[in-house]
Amino acid sequence: MLTARSLNVWREAEILQWKAKVEVTLKKSVLDPQGVAVENSLKALGYEQIGQVRVGKYLELTLDAADREEAAELVEDMSRRLLSNPVIEDFSYSLQEAG
Amino acid sequence: MIDRPWLQMGLSDREYEMIVNQLGREPNLIELNMYSVMWSEHCSYKHSRSALSLFPTSGPQVIQGPGENAGVVDLGDGWAAVFKIESHNHPSAVEPYQGAATGIGGILRDIFTMGAQPIAFLNSLRFGKLDDLRSRYLFDGVIAGIGGYGNCVGIPTVAGEIYFEECYRGNPLVNAMCVGIMPLERLVLGKASGEGNLVVLVGARTGRDGIHGVTFASEELSEQSEERRPAVQVGDPFLGKLLLEGTLEVIAKKLVTGVQDLGGAGLTCALTETAARAGSGVDIDLDQVPLREAGMQPFEILTSESQERMLLIVEPDKFEAVEAVFKRWELAPVVLGKVTASGKVVARFGGEKVVNVPAQSVSGGSPTYQPKAKEPDYFKELAAFDPLTLPKIKDYNQALLDLLRDPDIASKEWVWRRYDYLVRTCTVQGPGGDAAVIRIRENGKALAMSVDGNSRQVYLDPYLGGMLAVAEATRNISCCGAEPLGITDCLNFGNPEKPEIYWQFRNTVSGMAEACAQLDVPVVGGNVSFYNEVEGEAIYPTPVIGVVGLLDNYEIQGRIAFRNRGDLICLLGADEITLGGSQLLKTVHGQIKGALAKIDLMLEKRLQLLVRKLILAAAIESAHDLAEGGLAVSLAECSMAAGLGASVRLPATDRPEVAFFGEGPSRILISVSPARMEAVQKEAAAYAVPLHELGQVKGDALLMFCGDDLLVQQDLKRAKKAYEEAFQWIMT
Amino acid sequence: MKFGVIVFPGSNCDLDAYHLIRDQLHKQAVYIRHDALSLGDCDLVILPGGFSYGDYLRSGAIARFSKIMTAVETFAAAGGLVLGICNGFQVLTEAGLLPGALYRNNHLQFRCQQVNIRVENNKTPFTNAAGNQEILKMPIAHGDGNYYASPDQQNEMEAHGQILFRYVDESGEATTEANPNGSLDNIAGVCNRKGNVAGLMPHPERAGENILGSADGLIIFKSLLSYLEREGAFICD
Repeated sequence: MLTARSLNVWREAEILQWKAKVEVTLKKSVLDPQGVAVENSLKALGYEQIGQVRVGKYLELTLDAADREEAAELVEDMSRRLLSNPVIEDFSYSLQEAG
Repeated sequence: MIDRPWLQMGLSDREYEMIVNQLGREPNLIELNMYSVMWSEHCSYKHSRSALSLFPTSGPQVIQGPGENAGVVDLGDGWAAVFKIESHNHPSAVEPYQGAATGIGGILRDIFTMGAQPIAFLNSLRFGKLDDLRSRYLFDGVIAGIGGYGNCVGIPTVAGEIYFEECYRGNPLVNAMCVGIMPLERLVLGKASGEGNLVVLVGARTGRDGIHGVTFASEELSEQSEERRPAVQVGDPFLGKLLLEGTLEVIAKKLVTGVQDLGGAGLTCALTETAARAGSGVDIDLDQVPLREAGMQPFEILTSESQERMLLIVEPDKFEAVEAVFKRWELAPVVLGKVTASGKVVARFGGEKVVNVPAQSVSGGSPTYQPKAKEPDYFKELAAFDPLTLPKIKDYNQALLDLLRDPDIASKEWVWRRYDYLVRTCTVQGPGGDAAVIRIRENGKALAMSVDGNSRQVYLDPYLGGMLAVAEATRNISCCGAEPLGITDCLNFGNPEKPEIYWQFRNTVSGMAEACAQLDVPVVGGNVSFYNEVEGEAIYPTPVIGVVGLLDNYEIQGRIAFRNRGDLICLLGADEITLGGSQLLKTVHGQIKGALAKIDLMLEKRLQLLVRKLILAAAIESAHDLAEGGLAVSLAECSMAAGLGASVRLPATDRPEVAFFGEGPSRILISVSPARMEAVQKEAAAYAVPLHELGQVKGDALLMFCGDDLLVQQDLKRAKKAYEEAFQWIMT
Repeated sequence: MKFGVIVFPGSNCDLDAYHLIRDQLHKQAVYIRHDALSLGDCDLVILPGGFSYGDYLRSGAIARFSKIMTAVETFAAAGGLVLGICNGFQVLTEAGLLPGALYRNNHLQFRCQQVNIRVENNKTPFTNAAGNQEILKMPIAHGDGNYYASPDQQNEMEAHGQILFRYVDESGEATTEANPNGSLDNIAGVCNRKGNVAGLMPHPERAGENILGSADGLIIFKSLLSYLEREGAFICD
């Protein structure tokens, strides 16, 4: 079947630029002392409405990949290997084509 | 086109005229920027130079005095100590973490740029009172920043002082000191010598950080300061550590002829200072500077204060070896240009010559001002105050606890346990005593070091206060058994263009100079921070004295803790004390007033010689300097450190609070085993230093009698709790 | 007997480990760079404390990918003795050579102080010179020493004697007050299933002389020496 992917390969191999936004957070089961501290500070400032706070990391990556699938695979790989510690952290990400 | 652009850059009309004269023409905007940063107060010392010339700066042990990146003293055996203190006040007021962190990074570079291995950090901090939310924010941020940088580069932070006064509320003080050691023959100066030698830049990429940071430092803080946020630089301690290792390696391998770190005024300062010192010139290409941001203009490249950058002067045939060393530390040095014999600093951009200025004009050509001095009205008024007109202390136990709990006195463990004070396994005495002691593995010796200053006293009497500050700092070193070798000072004052402020400055420096001369301790380097004012209100005149002393054997030194029950507690030194300007007056009565106790510098000298001799001969069990809170607080500190109680009796008097809490210079509390008491008395007499036997180390409580009246009866555990938990209470 | 001390960019306590080995134990020590391909002829390997790669992203997260770690992993797989101290412990957990993970201290501050740790298993190459439940005094200096392991990992470790040290108070109780960083179950140090790789957050290399506050750290090093002298090489049981 002629897929968009094979079409790309058939054409001049076009490399696209992608922007990935990765969020790394502590696993739900792990105590988040920073989150607790922030929650308490917000309450001390008068924000009674606040419930729980979890503090995580946000990373922005620009990368080259032929298509969205490849980009996603790369981001997941990098996130599992380096950007997060799977023992203690979860990650999620979004991808968009960079202008 | 702005009319008289130099005014916006902090230069006066008269200064601009001088520049035109020295240059022989009008400077272009880029050159004007260079003059603006180099002739700023922070870099040129134009308002302080004339007073600073009063300092004694030489001595047989002085290898390098003021004028270089740091001072150098001879330790004997071919070793030298390198040390300096610097301020980073204004940036810390706006962004405390990064302001403090980059202050540490900067002082670190000032030490290793000379070829010395840094071995310790010390710091002196001042904030507004901690009941103010912003002061707590600044306090916490500064401590986090000092630890964040210092711990990461692996140099222990081993001593310091922290004070809290209203006047620092909007203008905190962050003074950072670093001490290093090196084999004497490794010393490298910041000189661009050798025509044809390469001018090399290594370290971080250059961005827009801190542009005009020194002009920011040379102005009073106001609401506009928040908008000046881009003037705050961000440090990278990991890069700082790599730079430290790489630079020390190229210096040890004799691959460089000159080294200078880039600090205030960035490349402009490094280029003009190194050329001026050598009487040479440089010709560089700004396009070679690795940049972090696109589209940077020449004046930005030249005045950027991006951190973690060093300038090296390298003989052409040694460059490859320099590159190889830095490569192993993940750094890539870049050749900017050459040393010339022209005496000019020439810079090119896009192929065109955009800067052509005489090095010694930019660095050193600024005027030396003789500001007017005028005694402020408060001086005589406050000195006339008689502290004895205040109500008598009714509850001595309460007064002592109030003092022990006061943030100025309370245990700072809550602070220093956030610093790694043990890394490098040479910390023989860490935070908590009179001074820190760091051993030197290579020769079995040790350096004692401390940083001290009592700004309330200097405010009340600048001349006397200056003398007292030097005396106290050196006394703390002597209390460890070490001989003070040299002083580095950080002078934090308000606006020197105001006659009352300059009066404070001039008198403080005079007093310090007098004490340095009499006590035989030269000033080998230092820093001046002016314009510490917010909305026209100045801080107290705050000289901070950093001292380094030598111990011949790291295993023998003085400590503050009592050692054995049964030991006799004695007071050595002067008898003149007063409640004027005392901590008691501030803590209990909320007043900062009164005349200070005078100092007899010859007695101070003899006292220090005596206590060192006693310590080194193992004739006494402990020694502790008396400072804020007087005898009662010092006694409590010696007891709490040991976990051993004490009982002392002072002669009957109708104002016991003077004897218990009064303050005065040249006083040391010692403990002596009874068997050695006679010998100690003999020595004290030989040195003509008064010695009063007060009591004994005994029990588990602190007992203080005045005549027959037991006025203080404090359970040691309770005192300890108040002393140790004060900051935990305040900050949570 | 030769100790190898790995040096990553940003390591600081390599110096301290080197000097303890040389000056207190009078044994040979060599520095091994992070980009070296081999451990040479070292009998044991130490991953020292410090701030490798500035602790950026996570402590030890970048250092674990250093070239030398391949040699360390091979050495460990073959039964070689590996000790990770502080940042070294963090690198070993990131590399999967030890179970669990280290993260931010629960009070969020860097903490430098003396602690007491109790030896939970004195039948390992790292602890055989200590008495069972002996209390050792040595300093910590870290911001990310909060040990975490999943319930499964924790059960595994308990079952196989992998918990080597716990933070305790002066009387030997593993109380909350004695826990300086919030670590799960006061755990201060662990070893792998085989027992040849260990890590701890406190610094034994800083507890080698009484004038520095304690000489208890020597017990761990002496355990290693006596193990090797006795067995020649690591015996896997």
